[in-house]
Amino acid sequence: MDYFFELLLSGLTRGSIYALIALGYTMVYGIIGLINFAHGEIYMLGSFTALIVASVLHMKGFGQAAVVFCSVLSAIFYASAYGFTIEKVAYRPLRNAPRLSPLISAIGMSIFLQNYVLLAQTADFQPFPSLIPEFPFMEPVAHIVGSSDLVIVGTTGLVMLLLHLVVKHTRIGKAMRATAQDRTMAMLVGVNTDRVISATFILGSALAAVGGVLIASHIGQINFAIGFIAGIKAFTAAVLGGIGSIPGAVLGGLILGWTESFATGYISSDYEDVFAFALLVLILIFRPAGILGRSEVQKV
Amino acid sequence: MTLRKIFFLPNLALAGFFLFCPAAQAADTIKLGVAGAHSGDLASYGIPTAHAAELVVKKVNAAGGVLGRKVELLVEDDVCKPEVATNTAAKLVADGATVVLGHICSGATKAALGTYRDARIVVMSPSATNPELTLSGLYPNFYRTIASDDAQARLEVDFALNTLGFKKIAVIHDKGDYGKGLAEFAKKFIEESGKAEVVLFEGVTPGAVDYSAVVQKIKRSRAEAVLFGGYHPEASKIVSQMRKKRMTTAFISGDSVKDEAFLKVAADAAEGVYASGPRDLSNNPLAAQARQEHREAYKEDPGQFYLEGYAAAQALLNAIDKAGSTDYEAIRTALTAHDVATPVGTIRFDQRGDAVGVGFTMYQVKNGAFVEAGK
Repeated sequence: MDYFFELLLSGLTRGSIYALIALGYTMVYGIIGLINFAHGEIYMLGSFTALIVASVLHMKGFGQAAVVFCSVLSAIFYASAYGFTIEKVAYRPLRNAPRLSPLISAIGMSIFLQNYVLLAQTADFQPFPSLIPEFPFMEPVAHIVGSSDLVIVGTTGLVMLLLHLVVKHTRIGKAMRATAQDRTMAMLVGVNTDRVISATFILGSALAAVGGVLIASHIGQINFAIGFIAGIKAFTAAVLGGIGSIPGAVLGGLILGWTESFATGYISSDYEDVFAFALLVLILIFRPAGILGRSEVQKV
Repeated sequence: MTLRKIFFLPNLALAGFFLFCPAAQAADTIKLGVAGAHSGDLASYGIPTAHAAELVVKKVNAAGGVLGRKVELLVEDDVCKPEVATNTAAKLVADGATVVLGHICSGATKAALGTYRDARIVVMSPSATNPELTLSGLYPNFYRTIASDDAQARLEVDFALNTLGFKKIAVIHDKGDYGKGLAEFAKKFIEESGKAEVVLFEGVTPGAVDYSAVVQKIKRSRAEAVLFGGYHPEASKIVSQMRKKRMTTAFISGDSVKDEAFLKVAADAAEGVYASGPRDLSNNPLAAQARQEHREAYKEDPGQFYLEGYAAAQALLNAIDKAGSTDYEAIRTALTAHDVATPVGTIRFDQRGDAVGVGFTMYQVKNGAFVEAGK
């Protein structure tokens, strides 16, 4: 039974990681129906920013708390700036083009960003400082669950809650929902949809940056390619939960994390991806819009 | 088909005929056959060995030869092609080679070995690393001065079982050619030894965001050591997560983990990790001397497999000297019985034909650097 709980916990951490990134996919898809393939790269850029800032501050002799605060903040700022710019440069000009065009543009952006970081930072794995300290009160259970697991799960829960509040109870949230429902109509009633879309990208990128910093700190190394696999898995999680739905992204992430964890624990890690994707296919057969997704009549 | 048969039959007969001749022909000189790629696109693999043989023979002859007889070189080109290598072998057998240094490529070596075996000629390759050549037991006449592809797995298993005395081993790999190959050999060697059991054999997905599930599984298996086949990014993630979960299980891996990048990334978690890696030859004066001889004779730095070729030529001639005759069985006995000091270290051969003390050695991370284990 202990083993079961250990796997449950490791699945929870992994699932939360997926969920953090999946939120960005799902928000962008909800608003403009675009799968933002460059989202994984935003996550990667966020973690690189944190690495650079943290290294510099460490060298200057700042305290741990200041280093964490500054590096997370700058990662969020930098990643948001990237998200905002990518939308302006790569997606906005294609707003009225056929659906496939922005998709190709997104893939192109992803390849561009990967290679940009590859050239700037080399292909080597860089050690990432562990920004999450080992909490003394976690020591008795450290053999089962670490401090970073706790922080990752806690942050994901908090972020989901905040996001929910923003979307449901603020002015910009209301505008987002209106844009998601019907962009033309939202425009007609006076919503500046361009600004809403920009805000969505900024918010999604900020979440990816938070995810990037947490995960890099958890696994202790980053290179230019980490966004790809994380992005694919998070995208799967978003689809699983119902793309466009915020609680769905979190649920999808957790289900994916648990499936992989239990498949590894009880069967074999050779087949963890097989089980994860078999589950995806199975769910999509019975619920084509994902677990929490609403099957709506296609607007486009 | 008929045409080919017509050409093939006389060849066989010829080979058969010369089977009985070598002893008579070798009475005046000792003939060292050298076979390998000396032309074509893989010539750069074969020429350094030919150079090495030339230098060694010159030196030996200057010192009076072997058993009081001069050593003569028979150099034949197989262009690293199996179909050419059989002809090369037949030619060397026909010319009465006492022993053969070669071939260079594993495929060509394998194709040629049968011919030499039937003619009872000892063959020693400086470069053919295919494990099957020695492992299959088909070629008792084959020896090599380079570590075979499975040497790392063998070394790691020996070390874990005999030096560290572990009984339960978890074998983990990254599903890639290199990692899985290493892991499969390791598993086989552990099972064959009968001294320990493989409690877990699993592949992990490279690049995953988290390995805690497989780490839990390792913990549950109660393995005393993890033997990992794969590259350093996964190795550092797994070992870091093991240490984070306060596991003290030993971690043993191969040459791709014996890398500065691993030390940098895994940092504190790297401490105590074992990894096999190429033996350091920079302190061997014989290697420096052999390189110097090459520079003097050919006005350039030696190429690939030069030191191994040099060692093989020395080992072969030394074995004939120690055996006191050119008899096949006597040479084989001498190869396994006597040490010989060569540029790749002081070596002898095991029953399978692999050089002992060549290629790889175990390292351990101590104070953030790899040092030879047990030193």
